[in-house]
Amino acid sequence: MSNPQHASEPGKYLLEVRSLSKLFGDFCANDQINLAIEAGKIHALLGENGAGKSTLVKMIYGALQPTSGDIIWQANTIKVDNPAAARELGIGMVFQHFSLFEALTVTENISLALPPQLRGGDLSQRIAELSSNYGLPLNPDALVADLSVGERQRIEIVRCLLQEPRLLIMDEPTAVLTPQEADALFGTLNRLTSEGCAVLYISHRLEEVKQLCHDATILRHGEVVARVDPQAETAATLAQHMVGSSVHEIKRQDGHDTGNNLLQLINLNQPADTPFGVDLLDVNLQVRSGEIVAIAGVAGNGQGELFSAISGETTNADFDAVIIDDVACGQLSINGRRQLSAAFVPEERNGHGAVADCPLTDNILLSRHAVRDQGEALHKGWLGIDHQHLDNINTRIAKAYDVRSATMDAEAGSLSGGNLQKFVVGRELDRQPRVLVINQPTWGVDAGAAALIRQALIDLSRQGSAILVISQDLDEIFELADRVAVISRGQLSEVYAAQDLSREQIGLLMSGAHEKPAHATSS
Amino acid sequence: MQLILEKRAQASAIMNVASPVLAILLTVILGGIIFAAMGQPPLKALYIYFIDPLTNMWSIEEVLVKAAPLILIGIGLAVTFRANVWNIGAEGQLTAGALLGAMIPIFFAEWQSPLALLAMFALGMIGGAALAAIPALLKIRFGVNEILTSLMLVYIAQLLLDWLVRGPWKDPHGYNFPKSVAFDGWHLVPMFGDGRVHLGLFIALALAVVLFWMMNRTIKGFEIKVIGRAPRAGAFAGFSKTGTVWFCFLLSGALAGLAGIIEVAGPIGQLQPRISPSYGFTAIIVAFLGRLNPIGVIFAGLLLAISYIGGEGVQIELGVSDKTAQVFQGMLLFFILMCDTLIHYRVRFLGAKGAV
Amino acid sequence: MTAYETIILTVITASTPLLLAAIGELVVERAGVLNLGIEGMMAMGAVSGFAMAQVTGSAWLGVLFAMLAGVAISMLFAFLTQSLVTNQVATGLSITLLGLGLSGLIGGGFVGMPGIKLDYVAIPVLSELPLVGKLIFGQDPLVYISILLTVGVAYTLKKTRIGLIIRAVGQNHHSAHALGYPVIKVRYACIAFGGLTSGLAGAYLSLVYTPQWIENMTAGRGWIALALVVFSTWLPARLAAGAYLFGGVWILGLYAQGMGVGIPSQFLSSLPYLATIIALIVISTNRRLSVINTPASLGQGFVPDR
Repeated sequence: MSNPQHASEPGKYLLEVRSLSKLFGDFCANDQINLAIEAGKIHALLGENGAGKSTLVKMIYGALQPTSGDIIWQANTIKVDNPAAARELGIGMVFQHFSLFEALTVTENISLALPPQLRGGDLSQRIAELSSNYGLPLNPDALVADLSVGERQRIEIVRCLLQEPRLLIMDEPTAVLTPQEADALFGTLNRLTSEGCAVLYISHRLEEVKQLCHDATILRHGEVVARVDPQAETAATLAQHMVGSSVHEIKRQDGHDTGNNLLQLINLNQPADTPFGVDLLDVNLQVRSGEIVAIAGVAGNGQGELFSAISGETTNADFDAVIIDDVACGQLSINGRRQLSAAFVPEERNGHGAVADCPLTDNILLSRHAVRDQGEALHKGWLGIDHQHLDNINTRIAKAYDVRSATMDAEAGSLSGGNLQKFVVGRELDRQPRVLVINQPTWGVDAGAAALIRQALIDLSRQGSAILVISQDLDEIFELADRVAVISRGQLSEVYAAQDLSREQIGLLMSGAHEKPAHATSS
Repeated sequence: MQLILEKRAQASAIMNVASPVLAILLTVILGGIIFAAMGQPPLKALYIYFIDPLTNMWSIEEVLVKAAPLILIGIGLAVTFRANVWNIGAEGQLTAGALLGAMIPIFFAEWQSPLALLAMFALGMIGGAALAAIPALLKIRFGVNEILTSLMLVYIAQLLLDWLVRGPWKDPHGYNFPKSVAFDGWHLVPMFGDGRVHLGLFIALALAVVLFWMMNRTIKGFEIKVIGRAPRAGAFAGFSKTGTVWFCFLLSGALAGLAGIIEVAGPIGQLQPRISPSYGFTAIIVAFLGRLNPIGVIFAGLLLAISYIGGEGVQIELGVSDKTAQVFQGMLLFFILMCDTLIHYRVRFLGAKGAV
Repeated sequence: MTAYETIILTVITASTPLLLAAIGELVVERAGVLNLGIEGMMAMGAVSGFAMAQVTGSAWLGVLFAMLAGVAISMLFAFLTQSLVTNQVATGLSITLLGLGLSGLIGGGFVGMPGIKLDYVAIPVLSELPLVGKLIFGQDPLVYISILLTVGVAYTLKKTRIGLIIRAVGQNHHSAHALGYPVIKVRYACIAFGGLTSGLAGAYLSLVYTPQWIENMTAGRGWIALALVVFSTWLPARLAAGAYLFGGVWILGLYAQGMGVGIPSQFLSSLPYLATIIALIVISTNRRLSVINTPASLGQGFVPDR
């Protein structure tokens, strides 16, 4: 079944990649990659974060130049000098992190990605036509800044479709969509393939790949490890190919005791402090001792704002808006809340949860300078910072959470994503907090690290702490949560027991089924 | 041929030390070329410029006198730039400090006591901090760019000084020269030895040590560094951005003000229209050359002080414009910034073939 | 010439160097780069223009050489900030210090020399019109150039593809790079344009405004030009209005001094600097206005991954 060295017959494939390699300095991001895509088929590219998927598609799209190897397009060996050249050939790409310009209009954004011959005429008109034709409604004159994430993705897709691509590359397209939006996207993709277009589909959502794709190439550590028919595989066997070993099974014991409310949000209202931010409206939530509550939602619906409001990075005039362990702390600073035995892990590791060019011990100080460790302060005013103590904590975290770095006290930025996340989470868990709020606990980390982090969260909750997880990953939510709520445009739904909730129901809530009409129109 | 930067996994410790040395070397080489272009013997000119000031007691003392204000201002700016706060109006804050501090000798000439000198220092610091508070307030309250406001205030402060010494504060017995009364007694900074080295140098050195300790060993220094490098991480740590802006402006303003009052109560001895050869701007270079590290600033301050004396030297001995000092200083900052890239990046040249 | 005409004329002459320097910086900032070196580039332009005019006897060659000098020194800035991704604030400062120093060094020999003035272009017939004739059709050529440049920049940014690309690069360099636009090359070109107009602004000072070389003759105009760009919220039409307003303030101070108003001259001289601070405050109180136009990646270095 594993057969990376597939036989090639000329003309059969739209695109072939042969022995393609990419070196970054001494690091080999892609090693002798072979890939073949047929017209009219959806081809999945699978792999963990850091497996080399992005590097590979960037080379196909001309954004990176290969160190060695060949790209064969319709039986001709070609050199893709830049993305414009790729577009000329008929290769379009929808980026995971959209390449859009907030202060420009939809039309301007699309025009920037079109070759000269396609820009002429009434572009706005053509955008409107094509987008309604494919069921992707867009207002050509809207500023991107005012659009939702789903609408932004439509811009990316429409600008590819305008070029009538032969091959469409999609990088994690459903990561930002509700299940319903994802279904609509699958409809569009199926229509495209029926018209003869090929799709290279990057994802780590295995169920989705099984449902949609005709072919799959699996990468690990920069090498092709398997080429399979996804319909003939199970999610478990696909995962095994990606990770290289069987994934750690998370141990979780249900029907445990929960205690009193340790974290409460009562009518939390918080106007956004940036022009394009999201206002929080009447958020109510209770998290009890011993349970994990998860907040699902599509990116950009107020998750970051909610996290800041709970952590105290933004304070609230209303004391009772946030109550930690029976102390009203709306106006309390983040350190005041930490002193109530709360701990926080933000979504972004680099630049928020940690400072990339500071050593790990400094990063421990970052979130723990105001709380004592084993009864001792970590710094003593002008007498200075207790570096010995910080070293001890660092060793403790590295050991308990398997943080691997080149040197013991390396700069945070030199750690891999998974190791840095283990460090950032471990730094807070090491305190044994009574309340933990964590935003996107395993975003962009490898399966091993994700399993370790999730297990640690479950273990902490079973010891009697209250944990609030904010996540966009439904698999993660079902794996962790006892109860689930959904956030949409700054409003939080009711909280449901996890076992009573289906994906479809969550999807409806994600698209705002619970929003109050008065607020919905005001936003 | 194309230049490619590759991020290093860790900042290079070697380049951190080597970069300023390399920058100085490049400055000296290009400086020699400039001298040669002006028809001067380059080696001789460079000798006069960089070595001569260190060959006799008199000019060594002059170097120390010039280094004192550069170090005082430079350590404040080093801290400020670390926080990514851009106070570039130290020259104006120096002037404001000199003005406020000079009120004691001008209005209370008969108050002769060590306390009078202390009061002058205090007023100098208040004056500098007060002028620095304006850009801080405008940045925090209105989000106005502090670079432009702090700089505009330099012109305003200098014009104010100009008006005062030609008008209300002019020495009535001074033959109509634009100067204030000459300070005397306890209104002058104590001098040491037989030369002109004064208390200000020792104040500067002591404060450099204090700020070094603060930046490297205390939570306050950590706060400043974090706010400067990653403001969101600073908020996560519970550090206040506005507090840091205030702290940095008031600190660097007070130190510039102190430098100002020490200049007029020391080497100059009275107010006059021009009280500083752009110490406030040169201190920006001092801060960068000193790696934004207060101890490094001491060495950088000495080097830049040499460039002033050397500039005077080549003017006297070779008849070259005293502007050479400013050119050397500008080049030095330029090369430091250039070489600092090597701390965080490896530079490679990509040939036309595309091979790394 | 009537007093009214003289005042308007002097306002225009005082405003033109500000407009010239600022219109270039506006383009630079629209591309996402903050160049604080204007003062230094202007000083280099002023001295180079003056020197070339002295050597060749032609003011026009002086103007040309001033522009070249501005471009040359701006390329130093571009090399550091774009190719070596140095801190833009500090690098701009170094350009200012270097430019002021170097201009003083070069200009040392020219102090006190009588200058060569760029001739006025009086458009025949039209310039004889009553009231407006001299004002609109009897200016020096650089005034016309400054206006043409402003109109040209406004049109380019708003209506042309190049303008769209410049705005895109300044908005989000990662996206622009992902779409295949050469971010660094676009920025190099914009910085060169900024150097060109700063050089031109310098030449205006030493060949038109006061046709001689005086040390530090830029007198903070480069910094005021920077403030004007912020004040304009990156819109060329507002920039022109702001430049003439500031030119007016500048002249107001001079006239008040000449007429012996009982205010010390130093206070009047400080008016432009004070006005700059006030203008920056006024514009900042209306934050929504600047949000959309502010280039989102202003001042940030960009290193493409390869």
